[in-house]
Amino acid sequence: MAETVDSMPCGALIIGGSAGSLDVLLEIFPALRNDIGFPIVLVVHRKASNESLLTDLLKSRTTLVVSEAEEKEFLKPGNVFIVPADYHMLIEEDESISLDYSEKVNYSRPSIDVTFQSAAEVFREKLVCILLSGSNADGVEGLKSVNNFGGRVVIQNPNTAIMPYMPQQAVLNVKPHVVLDSHHMADYINKLND
Amino acid sequence: MISDAIDNEQVEILLNDVLETHGYDFLEYSHASIKRRIIRLYGLDNFVSFAEFRYTVKTDKQYFKRFLEEITVNVTEMFRDPSFYKSLRNDVLPVLGTYPFIRIWVAGCSTGEEAYSLAIVLKELNLLNKSLIYATDINPSVLDKAKKGMFPLNYLKQYSENYLQSGGLKDFSTYYTANYSLAKFDESLNSKMIFSTHNLVSDHSFNEFQLILCRNVLIYFDKDLQHKVFNLFDGSIEKLGYLALGSKESLEFWPKAKEYKRVKMEKIWRKL
Repeated sequence: MAETVDSMPCGALIIGGSAGSLDVLLEIFPALRNDIGFPIVLVVHRKASNESLLTDLLKSRTTLVVSEAEEKEFLKPGNVFIVPADYHMLIEEDESISLDYSEKVNYSRPSIDVTFQSAAEVFREKLVCILLSGSNADGVEGLKSVNNFGGRVVIQNPNTAIMPYMPQQAVLNVKPHVVLDSHHMADYINKLND
Repeated sequence: MISDAIDNEQVEILLNDVLETHGYDFLEYSHASIKRRIIRLYGLDNFVSFAEFRYTVKTDKQYFKRFLEEITVNVTEMFRDPSFYKSLRNDVLPVLGTYPFIRIWVAGCSTGEEAYSLAIVLKELNLLNKSLIYATDINPSVLDKAKKGMFPLNYLKQYSENYLQSGGLKDFSTYYTANYSLAKFDESLNSKMIFSTHNLVSDHSFNEFQLILCRNVLIYFDKDLQHKVFNLFDGSIEKLGYLALGSKESLEFWPKAKEYKRVKMEKIWRKL
């Protein structure tokens, strides 16, 4: 089973994180190869006012194109899209982006569940979702959808997470494809390219 | 929420029913968002089958009211994006203040938080007396709430912070009285508001305005519908009038955008 999924090309990578995930992202991004062949979407919980801080931080650490997601924009391979603070992000069938200012989910906007769920149906077995450190249970329902649609579920090893609750909840409730230590993440992502 | 409870084809069937039976056209809404709203409502109201859901939406007028309120997004706040309100206060409204009479349209006003925020700024600039705010929404039930001017008290701390950041001059609490869990806003504010239903998808222009505010409404529409609505606005804004959009919305890809000039860094454009 694992082998068949692994051989599937990656259509999109979505990384969800909350408290304690920034350290992991800052470790991952400098180590990514510059010819990544799929779009990367980041859903990170943060204060509504911290508009461009995360974008600026990551831009300075990778050669990939990093930008805050614009509504109706198409996902492009090799580009990193950061879900804007205080909006949910959904993905349309044509792989364009829809932003949404509806109710918070799991006290969060953006919510990781919302983006995981919507991507699960669009990319199906070509989707890879990674859930990082955090202190609430956002992302768990989303990962269930990813599983249902045949995508790959990757969870940060809770023992390597600054805030283990979120990955712990995921490991307890969803069957992961793989559980990874934070310093193995970049290597895993680079190999998705092959 | 079970994300695969209703598939794309069923969404299409339901939205066609809604158009045929109730006359509301959601077919050009952003598909992923409207689908998520539909699945959310299906789960909230514990339907057991799509057939039952479809039948209820089609035949039960009372339920359709709820459907309409729940599949449209009615999340809003007072003085959202303080820097936007600062620009209204400093760059836009003083210009409109030179006119004998100011007509403003808040399109998609939901429960009214933006209309009241605007009225507060107008009041502080001594312009409220010669202003009229037309606040419209597709949804009659949110307009009933908007008319009352009562907002949950637990949000007021955030609103007050937004207000101060936007350049507010007073103690925000002078604008409302606390009434159990609600803050009732001063009636002088809504004395200058006219509330009415208006569907941006199917209704026409109904007046000419010097300022149209339509924030975080167009993100739910597909590109073609966005352009139709921009045309509707274009036909409803006076020369040198202003159009204000949400922080993630833009006129950029609309063919007539070059007839508008952006005001500083905010999502405000002036018709040339």
